Amino acid sequence: MKKILKYSFIFIWSTFVLVPLSWALVTSFKPPAAVNNGATFIPWLQFQPTLDGWKDITGISGYANLFPPLINSATVTFFSTLISLTFGCMAAYGLSRFSYGWKNYKNPDIIFFFISQRIMPPAVLAVPFFILLKTLHLLDTKLGLVLVLTSGLMPIVVWLLVDFFNQLPKEIDEMAMLEGCNPFEAFVRTILPLARPGLTVAGMFAIIFGWNDLFFALVLTFTNVQTLPVAVVALNGTVTPFWTLSASAIFSILPLVGLAFVVERFLSKGGFAGAVR
Amino acid sequence: MKGSTVNLDLRSVSVDTETEVILKDISFKFEPGKIYVLIGRTTSGKTSLMRTIAGLIEPTDGEIHLGEERLDEVPIWDRGIAMVYQQFINYPHRTVLNNVEFPLLRAGVSKADAKAQALAMLEKVGLSEFKDRKPSQLSGGQQQRVAIARALVRNTRVILLDEPLMNLDYKLREQLREEFRTLFKGTADSVTIYATTEPSEALFLGDELLVMHEGRVIQHGKPDFVFENPSSIDVAQIVNDPPMTILDAEIKDGKVNIGNLITFPTPAHLKSEKDGKYKIGTRASEVILGGSESNSEEGTVSLSEVSGSETLLYVKLNVGEVVLQLEGIHDYQIGQAVTISLAPNRIFLFNMDGTLCAAPGN
Repeated sequence: MKKILKYSFIFIWSTFVLVPLSWALVTSFKPPAAVNNGATFIPWLQFQPTLDGWKDITGISGYANLFPPLINSATVTFFSTLISLTFGCMAAYGLSRFSYGWKNYKNPDIIFFFISQRIMPPAVLAVPFFILLKTLHLLDTKLGLVLVLTSGLMPIVVWLLVDFFNQLPKEIDEMAMLEGCNPFEAFVRTILPLARPGLTVAGMFAIIFGWNDLFFALVLTFTNVQTLPVAVVALNGTVTPFWTLSASAIFSILPLVGLAFVVERFLSKGGFAGAVR
Repeated sequence: MKGSTVNLDLRSVSVDTETEVILKDISFKFEPGKIYVLIGRTTSGKTSLMRTIAGLIEPTDGEIHLGEERLDEVPIWDRGIAMVYQQFINYPHRTVLNNVEFPLLRAGVSKADAKAQALAMLEKVGLSEFKDRKPSQLSGGQQQRVAIARALVRNTRVILLDEPLMNLDYKLREQLREEFRTLFKGTADSVTIYATTEPSEALFLGDELLVMHEGRVIQHGKPDFVFENPSSIDVAQIVNDPPMTILDAEIKDGKVNIGNLITFPTPAHLKSEKDGKYKIGTRASEVILGGSESNSEEGTVSLSEVSGSETLLYVKLNVGEVVLQLEGIHDYQIGQAVTISLAPNRIFLFNMDGTLCAAPGN
């Protein structure tokens, strides 16, 4: 009985999650007639698949080309993730090992301050960021977007990693120092290698958040640095047919899906197991 | 440096936080080639003293000298001190061999030499065949051996061992303790400091014993001397396991009265003491089961536990609780009536303030 309940719950939930996605995938290969004929799911049986939608978004048909936005997205996500991981892991290590503070405000308050930046809706920051970037002449530049994204990704990275570093015994850093490492060397040579699974998870989060950011990209960039989410939304007029839209949606999540497979393999290969005793 | 004596010299070292005193005015000169055992209860400051010497705690007052060097002004990573923790601390991401090589490589030893020395040390601690494993693939005892190999391989001037056998089971503990004596024999240039709560380890390993209590060194000397002549009740309790039984007593008219029931003529070693109130101490192994003379009293068993090949019996008397150590395994019920008597010539006599008055000697 318990089993039936469990599996039916799993079935219902996965249907809920997977059907829209698979529908979009199927639709991206449909010819116009098939789209207007109600809900059909099985290619070749119910309709003859075509690549028209995919040709529309890859520049082959001359309708739109999502490759430049893909490269923009990749560049911006890569650098903002890199910066937030580099400085985030140092901040997190510091917060995990040393105590800072002023009067009654100690480490937990600092950590809360970091994460509190995510509590605020991004819309609140739109105007200030716009004016800031305008003043710095960084509007519609990759650097500007990277800096703004980093300010949003860093809190997540710090928050995740503080917890991870807290689980690593402090004695390991002490040991490294007793054996001739200064605190920075102890961090780089012994703690970072041990923190690889934590860094992977934090990095993955940063990449997902960075890649899917629509709001800041929409507000702070125009034509030069169009990112993928912005480009996909821009297609979403009345003129773009459904199959092309579906293809663009699938196109924009493909890199993340591929990355997820790679990372999943890396994590299960022994990341967490045995790192912390 | 070889041959010259590099003493580790603590001069009035104190450590305190806003709320509590951790180490109070500790002065001591440690000489190389000896094993110093710090003994004390769990929060007596043993670990803090070691961490202060290592540099992991900054002394609030006092100086630490190592030879000519003012050690407390040197950063941790330049002090050249090795430490073994109670927990088995190794680098989980490195193999056993890499773990032992690491301190050598950091000290600037060439790769080939480091490997050779690390292999030799692993041979010494009996881990050669495990050199390519990760620490997590070893048993607790083996992990601790890796940690010890790492500490010894560098040949540092100071080696600190903080209750290294604490987390191991009884049998392994005895086996490793045996090995320690030979392992540390080869370190004539190092000051070795070993912290423990176990009197048996202290007596077995120590060349010199430092008894710690509430952040102070309350007595030091040769282990067997301290064991036979504890300067106070605190020391007597710390260096005896199970702790020494302490009872109120009175010397009057050539007799020792303990409570109302136990009384015996003043034994030879207490003859010169004045009449008055005292506290007497007796070791668990020297309390006698049975006896019908005037120095015996009947009481009830309040707890009986088997520890190794011995039975510990806690007996409630009118004057207080007496701990009894019996050879072999015996079965006693709680509440059972037993008669016990004391051995007059084995009695420790303490003044009412806790300082030693007379010891039975050997």
